[in-house]
Amino acid sequence: MPLSYTILVIAIPLLMFLFLGLAGVKMGKKLTGVLGVCAMGVTTVIAYAVALTYFFGTGDGQIVDGVRQQLVLNDWTWLKFSENLVVKLGVLLDPISAMMLIVITTVSFMVHLYSLGYMSDHHGKPEKGFQRYYAFLALFTFSMLGLVVSTNIFQMFIFFEMVGVSSYLLIGFYYTSPAAVHASKKAFIVTRLADLFFLIGIMVLSFYTSTFDFKALMANPTNALASAQGATFMGCSVMAWALTCIFIGGAGKSAMYPLHIWLPDAMEGPTPVSALIHAATMVVAGVYLIARMFPLYVLEQGAMDIICVVGAFTAFYAAAIACVQSDIKRALAFSTISQIAFMMTSLAVSTADGALIEIHEGYGLGYMASMFHLFTHAMFKALLFLCAGAIIHAVHSNENSDMHGLHKFMPITSIAFLIGCLAIAGIPPFAGFWSKDEILVACYAKGMGWGLWMSMVAGLTAFYMFRIYFLIFFWKKHEIHTEHAPADQPWTMTLPLIILAAISIVAGFVPAGELVTWDGAHLHTQLNWSVAGASVLIALVGIGLAFKLYYKENELPEKMKNALPNLWEAAYRRFYMDELYQFITHKVIFQNISKPIAWFDRHIIDGTMNLLGDVTNSASYAIRRLQSGSIQGYVFVYLVGALLIAAVTMICVMI
Amino acid sequence: MESLGNIILYFVAALSIMVFSVLTVTTKKILRSATYLMFVLLATAVIYFQMNYEFLGAVQIAVYAGGIVVLFVFAIMLTHKPGKDAEPLTMHKKWLGLAASLLGVAVCGYALFSYAKFCGAKITAVSTMDMSELGHTLLSTEKLGYLLPFEAISVLLLACIIGGVVIARKR
Amino acid sequence: MYLVPSLVMFGCGVFGFITRKNMIAILISLELMLNSVDINFVVFNRFLYPEQTEGMFFTLFAIAIAAAETAVAIALIINVYRVVKNVDINQLTKLKF
Repeated sequence: MPLSYTILVIAIPLLMFLFLGLAGVKMGKKLTGVLGVCAMGVTTVIAYAVALTYFFGTGDGQIVDGVRQQLVLNDWTWLKFSENLVVKLGVLLDPISAMMLIVITTVSFMVHLYSLGYMSDHHGKPEKGFQRYYAFLALFTFSMLGLVVSTNIFQMFIFFEMVGVSSYLLIGFYYTSPAAVHASKKAFIVTRLADLFFLIGIMVLSFYTSTFDFKALMANPTNALASAQGATFMGCSVMAWALTCIFIGGAGKSAMYPLHIWLPDAMEGPTPVSALIHAATMVVAGVYLIARMFPLYVLEQGAMDIICVVGAFTAFYAAAIACVQSDIKRALAFSTISQIAFMMTSLAVSTADGALIEIHEGYGLGYMASMFHLFTHAMFKALLFLCAGAIIHAVHSNENSDMHGLHKFMPITSIAFLIGCLAIAGIPPFAGFWSKDEILVACYAKGMGWGLWMSMVAGLTAFYMFRIYFLIFFWKKHEIHTEHAPADQPWTMTLPLIILAAISIVAGFVPAGELVTWDGAHLHTQLNWSVAGASVLIALVGIGLAFKLYYKENELPEKMKNALPNLWEAAYRRFYMDELYQFITHKVIFQNISKPIAWFDRHIIDGTMNLLGDVTNSASYAIRRLQSGSIQGYVFVYLVGALLIAAVTMICVMI
Repeated sequence: MESLGNIILYFVAALSIMVFSVLTVTTKKILRSATYLMFVLLATAVIYFQMNYEFLGAVQIAVYAGGIVVLFVFAIMLTHKPGKDAEPLTMHKKWLGLAASLLGVAVCGYALFSYAKFCGAKITAVSTMDMSELGHTLLSTEKLGYLLPFEAISVLLLACIIGGVVIARKR
Repeated sequence: MYLVPSLVMFGCGVFGFITRKNMIAILISLELMLNSVDINFVVFNRFLYPEQTEGMFFTLFAIAIAAAETAVAIALIINVYRVVKNVDINQLTKLKF
């Protein structure tokens, strides 16, 4: 299939959004859903064809000197302000964007299909707002696809915003519930704040390099950095600042500490949405952004160090919180944060030797590992979320205290969930093992400390995932609360689970080193047995611990909780981050800054304006009798005036 | 005012202007008012003729006496039932108007008669403009040519025609 | 000499304009005033600057404008009459605040 068909992959969701959004109300709900699923299916097929053509095709100058090239397929000038300040829209294909096409369309298709079942009640009757839901899903898919094929930073920024908007719309889908409204607002404001930094970063970067174009920037990153030589701000080069700002933008979308606060709340949206947006695609936008600008980052060590520290910290922080959450979706959300931090760290442990780009162990590997993990994580995390959705749909609750012992009732879901857990825990041969192992290798290459830290987080991951698993499906006998006994869901919901579970099993065997590398050259990886063995061991320890604590109902967890009540409480409350934000925004900013400003605005500025208006108003009211509308009166007054002037003139002449 | 005939004609014209103007504004019947107005305008035309402005006199008769007065008569016919008098003026208003206008007349008259150097001046015999010369002046763009005001007037008239149609049209 | 009738005419115009109620009568008074001004132009032209023609042309244009103005004014009056069945100026108070 010709590569130029990529444009179709983007166009179909857009058209579907417009069509479903405009005509959806007129159509039946079922028809809308089926249409959305079919369109997404077609998109997926085309995306696969394009990506496979890109990865394995040899025509059209795809490979030069054994290196797979970045291809700019279309590049339309959209806004041309001046010679350098040109905003273009286009399609860029390179290994990571081709990979992202696959990831997004796959997960999106699964979610579309799954939603047919999930967004219906038990009698298969679609919910209110079904058409709107599908229209927004299409919009989101479009924005995300547009984001990954961006040819320049500005296009990426535009789609970044659109992704944020569609995420906002979908989180707030149940707009009658105040929690959903608050969550959507929170998500929008936090990511928007981060995007402000992103925009600043873009401006600084493009001011010095005088281009937005990725290809131009990446073709010669040393030059791009040299263009800002000597320009410093607060002791650091402006480029470091620019790249850090751009990272903050990415961190907002990818929920890095301390901008992660929106993601757990975003779970108020429908579960398939959480799977699509807040697990598999949107949250990796930040990682993708860094990966896209990797050649620049790798030369700017300061920015890289920041990312590294933030990523490593977030990974641990989120994993620790995930260990105690009782809401299944929130636990998965924190797991997502932790895994994305893994990717970030993996990107950031890459180092370069001075200005010379030279591949050594760790460099390039980290990039590859990060993208590989992105791919596998999207699959198994979507799987986990969809499983969670199926469970929630069955028992109508998010709390795992309402679940327990579901294994008997929902065997397929249970097995799928188990596969997801094994994958995320890093047990061979499941997908997560391969990618996580390579991340760990990259970390060990950076330094022993980084490696040990990340290994520990990996162990924690295994522990909390199996904690959730055991608490949901075992622990004790299920008590039936509703009139329906929980059971496996209809085929529209089960089929995606099976497909994704299958992908999660085999995805690790994708030769990512051959396909997804930062410079298009092959990177031959082999399993580092010592690291792999250690990580598997740690994961097994984590699983064993979880098994011991949570497989059967016992007193141990309660005892642990009572032994360290403060720590447990702090972790359960996410280490008081939300309260801290609340405190800062409400007590500090609102109270001390906004209130006085509001008072000034309301009383001084508005007061002045009101005064002017009131004075004019009352003065006009007082003298409105003068404007009687009687011409004859006017003429009389005029005449009197003329006579007076004549009299004055006469007196003057006489004197 | 060489000849006695001319002087008599002047006095007749001036007197009729004065008398008929007063009648125009004091008569009770609006139709009569219009008629008196026509006499005033005709007398004005006579004065123009006396000053050797034949073209102006002709225009005065044609446009004013012939056009505007007819327009007035039509309007009066359309808006008044025949035989209906204007309601009498209120005293207070009448005196007010009288005082104002008399005062105005007095002031202007004072100014006029205190500068009455040319009050009895003779009309110097000048060659009057003939028609073709007048036409050339109206349409020339040289000094003392009036093409621009002429065109402005034509646009204005056009606007008036359209405006009149739009306003008076039945909706 | 020639200015005296013009003066009287103007005075009458002012008087009529102020006192009459009928809009057509007011318009007639207006015509009187305009006409007296025309006479003034012509007279000054003839007696002070007999070699020039500005006064005459000014009067010519004034007549044209007066005609146009009258036409529009009468169109307005007729329209008003259609709406309120009256042409008295002190009864047109519909738009008054």
